[in-house]
Amino acid sequence: MTTPTEPRRSSIRPSDVVTDATSAPTPSAAAPSVRATSGSRTTRVLGIVLVPALALWAYLALLGSPADVNQGEVVRLLYVHVPIVVIAYAACVLSAVASAVWLWKRTQWWDLVAASAAEIATVMVAATLVVGSIYGKPTWGVFWTWDARLTATAMLMLLLLGYLAVRGIPASVEVRGRRSAIVAMLFIPNIVIVNQSVVWWRSLHQDPTLFRLSLSPSIEGLMLFTLVYSFAVGLLFFVWLLIHRFRVAYLQDQVDAVGLDLALEERREQGWDDGWAPGGAPS
Amino acid sequence: MLRDAWLMAGKDLRLEWRSRVVLNQIAPLALLFLVLFAFGLDPDKGLLDKATPGLYWVAVLFCGLLAVQRSFALESTDGNRDALRMSGLEPGGIFLGKFSAIAAQLLALEALLLAGVAILYSARLDGFGLLALTCVVATAAIAAAGTLYGVLAAGLRVRETLLPLLLLPVLAPVLLGSTRAFEAALSGTTTDGWPWVGLIAIFALVYVGAGIAAFGSLMEET
Repeated sequence: MTTPTEPRRSSIRPSDVVTDATSAPTPSAAAPSVRATSGSRTTRVLGIVLVPALALWAYLALLGSPADVNQGEVVRLLYVHVPIVVIAYAACVLSAVASAVWLWKRTQWWDLVAASAAEIATVMVAATLVVGSIYGKPTWGVFWTWDARLTATAMLMLLLLGYLAVRGIPASVEVRGRRSAIVAMLFIPNIVIVNQSVVWWRSLHQDPTLFRLSLSPSIEGLMLFTLVYSFAVGLLFFVWLLIHRFRVAYLQDQVDAVGLDLALEERREQGWDDGWAPGGAPS
Repeated sequence: MLRDAWLMAGKDLRLEWRSRVVLNQIAPLALLFLVLFAFGLDPDKGLLDKATPGLYWVAVLFCGLLAVQRSFALESTDGNRDALRMSGLEPGGIFLGKFSAIAAQLLALEALLLAGVAILYSARLDGFGLLALTCVVATAAIAAAGTLYGVLAAGLRVRETLLPLLLLPVLAPVLLGSTRAFEAALSGTTTDGWPWVGLIAIFALVYVGAGIAAFGSLMEET
């Protein structure tokens, strides 16, 4: 017995849905063909480059570079602290820019870039605060002080947590994207204002080491090289993390979409078995 | 847009006048905050005098949070959200109306709290012009940011917990600025206070502008 709905019943199998979804023409310039892994050729190459680079970073920071005249061995924390800050800032800026572009272009790609960057930013800002506290104890004598930059960083951390909370609310992709993009946009003036308002407090934090007005760095030789090198490796590490996180986010969205399709299909089949067909005609 | 704002503010204030939730619940709570702070910081040690500006603004911030929650709780029942969307009122106007209603209620609460600190903490309210203007700009800032994040959280099941997490860090510069301005006013050095008033005014303008622009798309989604 054949009914008009018969082919429909067997046309969508779970396997079809999966292949359909993974080859769907969703905008994904970074992930042209997504297989169920967070790695790609780029991340593998980057990863292979990063292993010796990170080892050299550890060597230079821990053994290769000389101890500081004033700070002694403690200065080695600088080579961890500063790159983490650089990654955190880069991730924040990227997240804000991606949110702005999303409001204009409205593609899933920018939404996921903004979310991935914000998540990495949160981790890195948290690491900044932790490493900074550890660094602060031997150099300033306290783990925490209500200094301008510390306070602004702590506020940034809380704002990022707010962003992730908004992000975590179940909603359709479009609604989630709009909501989180607006929240990210609103945070920008706030970060500027927090920064400006706390800068007027007296500051314990040291002045910039590299980018000074006189353009003559206050450190030199191997220490300078180690610091600049740690920036470069840190940013490379950020790119590696970002691609992985982006692809996980993309796959997650696919899984959610497929899950919804499967659930719909299941209900349809169930209805079929109970003698109900779409359109109300019993078979 | 201004006519819509007027309608909306009138509706909210009329609702408050008839239900008296702010008057009967939030206003006593504001005074309760003052008493609790006095329990927490021993009044005999002179800590309260020094901390009065900070405590005042923390109390205002919490009251503002409740006022925002109340304002959007009004719209959450009986499909009011959909009704509001289909009413044909301009989103910017709805924002301005809600903002004005919250600001008006908050100003009344601030006057009450000011009387409270004058009596309970025996604060001498010198530099009254600076105090008043700080209250006006800070209220505008709290109400604008509150209305914006309020509508974002309003349709969600997690609204009670999400709103403070979003709103309070954002209002941190307002707390900082208004506390400094109050300190300047209470210590008689009003010239130190005016730059902070300017900072809060900029904050308020940014959030009013953002609210008028973004309110529509935030209200549409559920």
